[in-house]
Amino acid sequence: MGEVAFESKPDVLMDLEKASQGDVRTEEMLVNMGPQHPATHGVLRVVLRTDGELVLEAVPHIGYLHRCAEKIGENVQPYQYIPYTDRMDYLAGMNNNQAYALAVEKLAGVEVPERGKYIRVIFAELNRIASHLVAFGTYGLDMGAFTPFLYAFREREMILDLFESACGARLTYSYLTVGGAHDDLPDRFLEVLIEFLDYFEPKVPEYNQLLSFNHIFVKRTAGVGVVSAEDAMGWGLTGPCLRGSGVNWDLRKSAPYEIYDRFEFDVPLGVDGGTDGIPSSVVVGDCWSRYFVRVLEMQQSCRIIRQAIEQIPDGDHINKKLKNLKMPADEVYVEIENPRGQLGFYVQGDGSAIPSRVKARGPSFCNISILNHVGRGCLLADIPAIVGSTDIVMGEVDR
Amino acid sequence: MTSEEISDILRDTFGEAITDSVMDAGRPYVVVDPAKWQDVAAFLRDDPRMRFNMLQCITSIDLLEENQLAAIYDFFSIPTDTGAEVAKMRHHFAVRLVTDRDNPHLPTVSHLWPTADWHEREAFDMMGIIFDGHPQLERILCPDDWEGYPLRKDYEFPLEYHGIPGTTEYELTNPRH
Repeated sequence: MGEVAFESKPDVLMDLEKASQGDVRTEEMLVNMGPQHPATHGVLRVVLRTDGELVLEAVPHIGYLHRCAEKIGENVQPYQYIPYTDRMDYLAGMNNNQAYALAVEKLAGVEVPERGKYIRVIFAELNRIASHLVAFGTYGLDMGAFTPFLYAFREREMILDLFESACGARLTYSYLTVGGAHDDLPDRFLEVLIEFLDYFEPKVPEYNQLLSFNHIFVKRTAGVGVVSAEDAMGWGLTGPCLRGSGVNWDLRKSAPYEIYDRFEFDVPLGVDGGTDGIPSSVVVGDCWSRYFVRVLEMQQSCRIIRQAIEQIPDGDHINKKLKNLKMPADEVYVEIENPRGQLGFYVQGDGSAIPSRVKARGPSFCNISILNHVGRGCLLADIPAIVGSTDIVMGEVDR
Repeated sequence: MTSEEISDILRDTFGEAITDSVMDAGRPYVVVDPAKWQDVAAFLRDDPRMRFNMLQCITSIDLLEENQLAAIYDFFSIPTDTGAEVAKMRHHFAVRLVTDRDNPHLPTVSHLWPTADWHEREAFDMMGIIFDGHPQLERILCPDDWEGYPLRKDYEFPLEYHGIPGTTEYELTNPRH
């Protein structure tokens, strides 16, 4: 876990006069990548100290999207705060709603009806697929492949249509709320959902042909930005970034919340290349592993949704007895498995209807903090590969 | 292991450094004397019974009435090797440190868990807790020249920042805290 000071002073610089007579004269240069840069996935600024093509230091500067969402949480009731959680990780609104709702329910002791729980799981997993599709598409874009992006958004559009039919919104849903989901499923929703799954599942091997095993893509990502398992845990990486390093840790399996213990699914992990058709240059914990874990997770989410469709009971979709919700003088900390990692909410009550402290632990915030550790000694062109493979959403980094 | 067992082990090992143990809360925690915190933290990470290899979060809270600030550390133990020990792992635990509000100093643990680096910077930025020994204690979310600590309960919203007015044509809405 200790950090090794990076030494990179080419010998030629020892004698400056000699250096200037040579063919190539190198000197350190500071490069600002961002805050407006397509490869930084939002307003992230990375200050790179470079020596030619070599990166000596890559310091992320964050805060450009800071809205102090935690302070807002101390001023509004939980129902009013649900829409703010959408805006944190805006690619996984459903999961964020679910996390905050679970925290408030645990604090206030709210029961959720069975049907509400199943609706939550279905939408959380659908949103996971949608979010991973964006990660898949934009990562291809970062690496210079435009076509996969269009394929990914074609499928994501269908998921957004499903969301729209259920709650009317396409990005910031506020659909899963304290006590369940605020509306029941629309007519024929489950049938359309099964049609979508039948359509979507054969697409994943197509993505692999198109991008995952593409020679150029593998060259750009395999063996690049390797994070060891110890580093991943020490730096607080979670989600696909942690599992890409080979650590078998998924909150849905390891500490099941909601009803995830009722479903059968696998936890994809990063593995060394050479077997199972995985390119031989792949190393556990590199950019390709993190990327490929997401691709495999989409298939597992489909499995969970199919089981949920079979099991979903009739009944209420929301706890209808909730009125004047009061937060007792206690505190809870709840974490769930977001598409990007573990999203945690700390909620402290003081007996009134408004929490006295709300704290959000964003997975992207921790995942991007390792950039300087991994980025040192890489080539300049590897930095977009590393940033893209962590799949950050700046709305959540800055909150 | 349950939180009670972990708390008992800590009390046996560190005695008076564990000043309180609250086990009936929504999230059980122990209160640790800040002067001994780095020793306790190293024990939590390295002892084979504990093995808290993941620091999940550092939450800072403002206890205005007691004139104190607090930091809460949440830990998870992720099993890294297979075997009988694995079943006992997967435990989580919380530690609370309390410091004086007028002179808030806590020791850093960023040398034990690198992720504490940014979490501590965030707690400094938002709540004004100074972490002694931190390699680079600067504001992280707010601009460097921001004044005050926004998450404190007695924080007053600035009325102007570099020529940008803090008021609108409507009345300034005063937050509750």
